[in-house]
Amino acid sequence: MSSIPIFADEAWRLPSRGRVGMLSLIIGESAIFTIFVVAYVYYIGRSAYGPTPRILEIPIFNTVCLLSSSLTIWLAERAIEHAFIRRFAAWWALTMLLGIVFLAGTAAEWRRLIFQDGLTISTNLFGTTFYSLVGLHATHVVVGLAMLSLVMLFTLLGRVNPGHAERIQVLSLYWHFVDAVWVVVFTVVYIVGR
Amino acid sequence: MADRILPISGTLHGAESRRGAALEWLHTWVVTVDHKKLGLLYVVYAIFFLLVAGAEAMAIRIQLAFPHNHFVSAETYNEFFTMHGTTMVFLVGMPILFGFANYLVPLMIGARDMAFPRLNAFSFWLTALGGLFLYFSFIGGFGLYGMGSAPDVGWFAYAPLTAKAFTPGHNTDYWALALIVSGFGTLGTAINIIATTLSMRCRGMTLFRMPLFVWLFLVVSGLTLVTITPLTAAQAMLLIDRYLGGHFFDAQAGGSPIVWIHFFWIFGHPEVYVLVLPAFAIANEIIPVFSRKAIFGYPAMVAASVGIGFVSLTVWAHHMFTVGMTAVGNSFFVLSTMVVGIPTGIKIFNWLATLWGGRIRFATPMLFSIGFLFQFLLAGLTGIMLSVAPWNWQLHNTYFVIAHFHYVLVGAIVFCIFAAIYYWYPKATGKMLSETLGKWHFWLFVIGFHITFDTMHFVGLLGMPRSIYTYEPDRGWNTLNLVISIGGFIQAIAVLIFAWNLIYSYVRGKEAGNDPWDAWTLEWSTPSPPPSYNFAVEPVVRSRRPLWDLKHPQDPDWKYER
Repeated sequence: MSSIPIFADEAWRLPSRGRVGMLSLIIGESAIFTIFVVAYVYYIGRSAYGPTPRILEIPIFNTVCLLSSSLTIWLAERAIEHAFIRRFAAWWALTMLLGIVFLAGTAAEWRRLIFQDGLTISTNLFGTTFYSLVGLHATHVVVGLAMLSLVMLFTLLGRVNPGHAERIQVLSLYWHFVDAVWVVVFTVVYIVGR
Repeated sequence: MADRILPISGTLHGAESRRGAALEWLHTWVVTVDHKKLGLLYVVYAIFFLLVAGAEAMAIRIQLAFPHNHFVSAETYNEFFTMHGTTMVFLVGMPILFGFANYLVPLMIGARDMAFPRLNAFSFWLTALGGLFLYFSFIGGFGLYGMGSAPDVGWFAYAPLTAKAFTPGHNTDYWALALIVSGFGTLGTAINIIATTLSMRCRGMTLFRMPLFVWLFLVVSGLTLVTITPLTAAQAMLLIDRYLGGHFFDAQAGGSPIVWIHFFWIFGHPEVYVLVLPAFAIANEIIPVFSRKAIFGYPAMVAASVGIGFVSLTVWAHHMFTVGMTAVGNSFFVLSTMVVGIPTGIKIFNWLATLWGGRIRFATPMLFSIGFLFQFLLAGLTGIMLSVAPWNWQLHNTYFVIAHFHYVLVGAIVFCIFAAIYYWYPKATGKMLSETLGKWHFWLFVIGFHITFDTMHFVGLLGMPRSIYTYEPDRGWNTLNLVISIGGFIQAIAVLIFAWNLIYSYVRGKEAGNDPWDAWTLEWSTPSPPPSYNFAVEPVVRSRRPLWDLKHPQDPDWKYER
């Protein structure tokens, strides 16, 4: 009998379904990004005519904003775990702000590319791959911001309590993923491809 | 034995549901988040499209039965083979297999429902929308250009044929959008199955006590996560090319149509395993029960399944030998493709070892499983032949390839799907399917199958290419094509008998009871059909065959398992 590891009265612990689900989603999303990144890398320098990636400027400030938002959301996670709702709200709002600054930076960059350099998605192969990959990432930031603002709204309405810590951590996983993808996109587009 | 009430089953008495109005009944099916109802919706949806895509196949076979035939036009023929392939893979194969998973995985692991019931419903309705969308193209594909209707670019939709210049109109857009939509549904289901398997198991259901069915679906879902998504990405690129004037697959601007071929097969080859691993899952449940033995080599089966999952991700370019690759590329994909034969061989030997010395009962589910074993072996062998690059150069895009993959898709997967329906129909409806009609179905189908697809290998060897709508009478293909078509119609008759059996047995079938096959997994401990809560008391599991333990308390499995 002693060879049976699990009895009815023993503790029976299983991984959280939220985490498992989110990690699965992240694996699937990674595959989507992989395809776009592979296409980008394969097409570097193959565009039949200009403009070329030389026109890109490295978005240092944007990158710092987005990457530091991973830190602030982690601080928010810790705050909610220890039941500091106000501190949580502050860090959460700062995370959202950093995300919005990132998007605004991207918008300014695209504006310059479109109106000064005349690069649109249909101009050449570089435009197609650039706007697709960076746009795919920006779309994920937008989706992330939509979900973050939902949590912010509930926080302001006083509906968020420490019992929600795990759900918030699951959502944060997504945000960390979006930040991590930016490291890849940044490296490929602005360092390798330029 | 069949109707004995086992200790872990039981009933709860909730409030009486209001019954009566047909509208209310329909409403319960539309708003349901119950994994069993959604599973049945998937299966019914898939069987409907099975009949539709089967009808398309019959039209194709009538057209090809005689040389210079004019049953359908060349354009319609292109639409039919495109829709036949797309429908069978995306609207029949995946929905029906994920439908089985939806119905059975929670029951097998002793759970109340899937991990995310609402996501589950959302996934089904996305899949359903994708199917409607694809078929709406028949009437709605005219668009601004006044051209085209159903997609006609082949189910692989190679660039540059899909470029706006070569395929104006909206039919290709319907194809891409329908598959993106249903692809997100599939992704949701895959996430759900993984979360359910890992996080919802009942007490004692450790990973290595899970039924192999559940293991296989865990592997399939993991594979789906990284398989469906590349297709979604590639189709997004296709739509960018078509709608926004992008250049991904536009050779004139520096893009490459070959990139599409790579991306498609990075999806397309693992997709074969997404479809065939569930067939293994079904065989893993049915063969032991009808051999009256526990499955042989459980850990080897798990390892082989995971191995197939990984290897299948590295073989995609064996669809591309004729596209032209370096010698190193060719050699790599030849070898990686052959490696798939090793874990698959392990599985076949384990099934044979399970049959060996068993007291085999040749009920209809078992007949279909035996057919599967035999045909899957042959399909694997022609697969090894095609994996050899020079042989492939000779036979690529001939009917030999068509015969090979129909041997997998019909001979293995469809046979297992039929086996599964005969095996679990009693659980889902409470009625047995008629064995007489089932035997007619099996024998007609197996005879029709071999007449069609064995012959198809030979027209392929004689050089008949795929995707042609007619052929010259002096090529020596005439008789063989007529034979293939006749076999197709024998299969169609068998499928109609099957459809009739489903309806007839629902009304007139024998009562099934809880456990008609004297099986060993948890779903058979519940009433048939199971109540919405599945288990009145959460079961506790101590071995891989929990019902065996309950039925044989003096000789339980857990004494022998590690």
